[in-house]
Amino acid sequence: MPTELDFEKPIAELQGKIAELKSFMEKNGLDLHGELRKLEERLEELTESTYANLTAWQRVQLARQIGRPTTLDYIKGICDEFLELHGDRHFADDPTIVGGIGLVAGHPITVIGHQKGRDTKENIRRNFGMANPEGYRKALRLMRQAEKFGRPVVFFIDTPGAYAGMSAEERGQSVAIAENLLEMAGLRTPTISIVTGEGGSGGALGLGITDRIFMLDYAWYSVIAPESAAAILWKDSKLGPKAAEVMRLTAADLLDLGIVDGVIAEPRGGAQKDPKAMVQSVRDKVMATLRELSQIPIDELLAARYHKYRDMGEYIERQ
Amino acid sequence: MLKDLFYRRRQYATLGTAAEPKPVQKPPEVVERDVPKGLVQKCEACGNLLMAKELQKHVYTCPECNFHFRVDARTRVELTLDAGTFIELDAGITSTNPLGFPEYESKLAKAQSATGMAEGALTGKGEIDGMPVLMAVMDPGFMMGSMGAAVGEKLTRAMERACVERKPLILFTASGGARMQEAILSLMQMAKTSVALRRMHDSGVLFVSVITHPTTGGVSASFASLGDIIIAEPGAMFGFAGRRVVEQTMRQKLPDDFQTAEFNLKHGMVDKVVHRKQMRDALAAIVRIHTARGWADAD
Repeated sequence: MPTELDFEKPIAELQGKIAELKSFMEKNGLDLHGELRKLEERLEELTESTYANLTAWQRVQLARQIGRPTTLDYIKGICDEFLELHGDRHFADDPTIVGGIGLVAGHPITVIGHQKGRDTKENIRRNFGMANPEGYRKALRLMRQAEKFGRPVVFFIDTPGAYAGMSAEERGQSVAIAENLLEMAGLRTPTISIVTGEGGSGGALGLGITDRIFMLDYAWYSVIAPESAAAILWKDSKLGPKAAEVMRLTAADLLDLGIVDGVIAEPRGGAQKDPKAMVQSVRDKVMATLRELSQIPIDELLAARYHKYRDMGEYIERQ
Repeated sequence: MLKDLFYRRRQYATLGTAAEPKPVQKPPEVVERDVPKGLVQKCEACGNLLMAKELQKHVYTCPECNFHFRVDARTRVELTLDAGTFIELDAGITSTNPLGFPEYESKLAKAQSATGMAEGALTGKGEIDGMPVLMAVMDPGFMMGSMGAAVGEKLTRAMERACVERKPLILFTASGGARMQEAILSLMQMAKTSVALRRMHDSGVLFVSVITHPTTGGVSASFASLGDIIIAEPGAMFGFAGRRVVEQTMRQKLPDDFQTAEFNLKHGMVDKVVHRKQMRDALAAIVRIHTARGWADAD
């Protein structure tokens, strides 16, 4: 079970009180329904106001909650059937990036995404969602395969960033990501990316140049994790919460800045509270978007993809 | 810290191949200019004291140990292109503060007055050995060479112009990565330059990236690594994550040559490590090979 975050504790306490009252009523045969209703109303108000007024930092914490659906959970919920494919054909199979082919409502797709663990043990195996170059190269292979067979590609992004280890540097972490950017820029098949949790830096963008980008409501996406930004800017990683506020990394911010095309609502309190409902909303969005994109001629799609990224960022030009 | 990349340079081994650089055939005409920090400069690597004139004569490298001093973007242009051929383009592009990031304007102003540049990249066109090229240089002294939307726009325009005019683009990189103060918008400059590079790629126009110290982060993980040919200056640090970050991840000491140009050559990430004294000739050779008449037009 996911554990509650600090700011969720008052909600959990109130839930505890309600449970206590219920069992007290049962044990002693007392009718305290008036009391109970008052507490339940207070719980509803508290829950509503907590999640309606989340700070950026609270969203970052929610995006990292164990128990949120992972890429493999989305794949399972979206595809009628799915075949996971392995390996980059150069060095290894990176468990941090999963991918394969499947059918959605009878139509073929390729799915590629970062895979975090659903518990500590799996997280160690999945390297906490920090991919190695072979992960990006597996993604590249699957993209090219999708292009060959005219399948659209759906990317699920959930990474704090690409792995920063010596072996990753030796095997070309930079060029692995860079080559994916170049490939995605010109991939002759419709593409969608969905940031489901953390969208950390180049490690996220390495699966993220697509015709449509969506973000789950509590996901974050930025140039770097807020703690690391704080370490660079103010030499103190404990100032992550402050960095999160100024970085404009929430789904609403990115929609406002014109980076993402839409925000997918989450169950109140986060995807982990109702994974089934979350997966269903994502499935609906994927299906509707693939139907829309597959009607657009590919050259038009590529021209639109070019202009979308070409126009990102603001600057001043003086003559 | 990112800043350490720029100011604390490690001592590296003397380079066998570059120990006795062959004379440059056509020495670039270096315009007389003031070397910053006075008349005498101390080599950061070997401690050798160099007179400004002498340093200039050795194209800002140490004659004792071959340490490559940091040079600004304009000096780089002078060292690379035929004298008097450079025409700057898009000089009026500067950054704004789209996210209202605290202290960004003051940092920009400081960088502008320190470098005399409006932004962290200088772009333009010129000639190398009489052959027309587009040239872009990232200035390591401008907010650590970081890439924000203004740098992204200037580089993108240079790439687009290269496509239209069918001229090679030579890009000297030096960057700590994406500019923190523009957050997601700076990350997207990696995407923006990549879609532009894809067009160059599809049009068959040459792109040469020259890695200078240091090239890391988002710049390393995008165009710097996408050159048809990638050249690096000796000792230049080139990698995805900074040394300190990797050290923290690994919890162990890294080899002294970690992420240097020579390390990257050994691991297959760059085509060649070229001493600054031979850089111009190497680039001219690359451009010459790519602009030569094809066999279909053979006599």
